[in-house]
Amino acid sequence: MDRNQLRRQVAHMRSSLIEQHYLDQQQFVQLEDLEDDSNPNFVEEIVTLFYKDSSRLFQKIDQALHSVPMDFARLDDYVHQFKGSSSSIGAIKVKNECTQFKEFCLAGNAEGCLRAFQRVKHEHEALKRQLETYFQLRRQAGMAQRS
Amino acid sequence: MRVGAAEAQFHVLAVDDSIIDRKLIERLLKTSSYQVTAVDSGIKALEFLGLNDEEDQSDIAEAPSVSPNNHHQDVDVNLIITDYCMPGMTGYDLLRKIKESKSLKDIPVVIMSSENEPSRINRCLEEGAEEFFLKPVKLSDVNKLRPHMMKGTSMEDEGNINEGKAMEDIQTPERTRTIYNGFDVLS
Repeated sequence: MDRNQLRRQVAHMRSSLIEQHYLDQQQFVQLEDLEDDSNPNFVEEIVTLFYKDSSRLFQKIDQALHSVPMDFARLDDYVHQFKGSSSSIGAIKVKNECTQFKEFCLAGNAEGCLRAFQRVKHEHEALKRQLETYFQLRRQAGMAQRS
Repeated sequence: MRVGAAEAQFHVLAVDDSIIDRKLIERLLKTSSYQVTAVDSGIKALEFLGLNDEEDQSDIAEAPSVSPNNHHQDVDVNLIITDYCMPGMTGYDLLRKIKESKSLKDIPVVIMSSENEPSRINRCLEEGAEEFFLKPVKLSDVNKLRPHMMKGTSMEDEGNINEGKAMEDIQTPERTRTIYNGFDVLS
C-alpha cells in the first residue's frame, strides 16, 4: 500500500474515532497540530504518559474503593484528576464516565462507584486499543513527520 | 543584560500537579516560542522564584533571589501560569503569595482550571490574575499571553517598537505555525 493510501487510512480512522466520540475533535486535532519536526511524536508521548498516570490513579481508586468505609472524598479527588487528564487528551467517552463516577462519589453511593469504575476502565481499555491501531497506522504512513 | 531583542525569549513558569497537563502546557508554550520551566506544585514554584517560607528575602544578604539593583528576581520569569486545583497550595494561594511579595508582585499570573465557576474566576481576577483559562488549554489561549508579558519585564522600553508585531502575532490564525524568534516574525 502506498503512502498516500496509508495516509488516507489514517485520516479515515481519525474521523471515525471522532465520530464514535472516542476522541474530541478540537482537542485531539490540536494535539496533532502541536507536532512538528522537532517534536514529531508528541501525541503518542502524551498518550503514553496518560496511560502511565491512569495506571497509577486506577490503583489508588481501587484502594479507596476497598477501604472500609469507602473513602468517597478521596475517590472523588482521584477521579477528578483522571477526568482532567482524559479531557486534556480529548478522551470524551472516558471523561464522561468520570463525570458519572464523580456523581456517585458525591452521593456516597458505593454500588454506583463500583459500577462506574468498571465502566471507566472499560472505556479506557477500548480507547487504548483504538489508539494503538491508530498510532501503528500513523507510523506506517510515515506521519511522524508533518509538513 | 539582554544581548538583543531578536535573541530574547520570554520565560514562562508553568505550575500544574498533573503530569499530562504539564506536558501539554509546555508544548503549547514552546510552540509559541516561550522558554518554559514546569513544576508540579506551588511550593516548588515559590522555591524556583526564590521565595521560601518568608515573604521577602530582600534584606537577607545571602538570598540569591533578589538582585540588588532592582526589585526583579534573579530568575527571570515573565509570566506564571498555574493550575487552580492543586493539593497543598492551590493556584489561588500561589497567586496571593506572589501578589503579596515585593519582589514578585509584578509578574503576571494566569490561572487555569477545569471548573467554570464564576465565583472562582472572579476571586482570582480580583486577586490580580491577568487571565483565567478553562482547561483543556488551547493554543488560542496561549496566544492571549503575549501582551501580558510585555508589561511585566524590563523589555517594556522595546514594547512600543514591537507593539505592531505583537498585535500581528495575536491575530495569527491558530493553525498557522509561525515561528518567531523573539520579535521577528518569519512567515
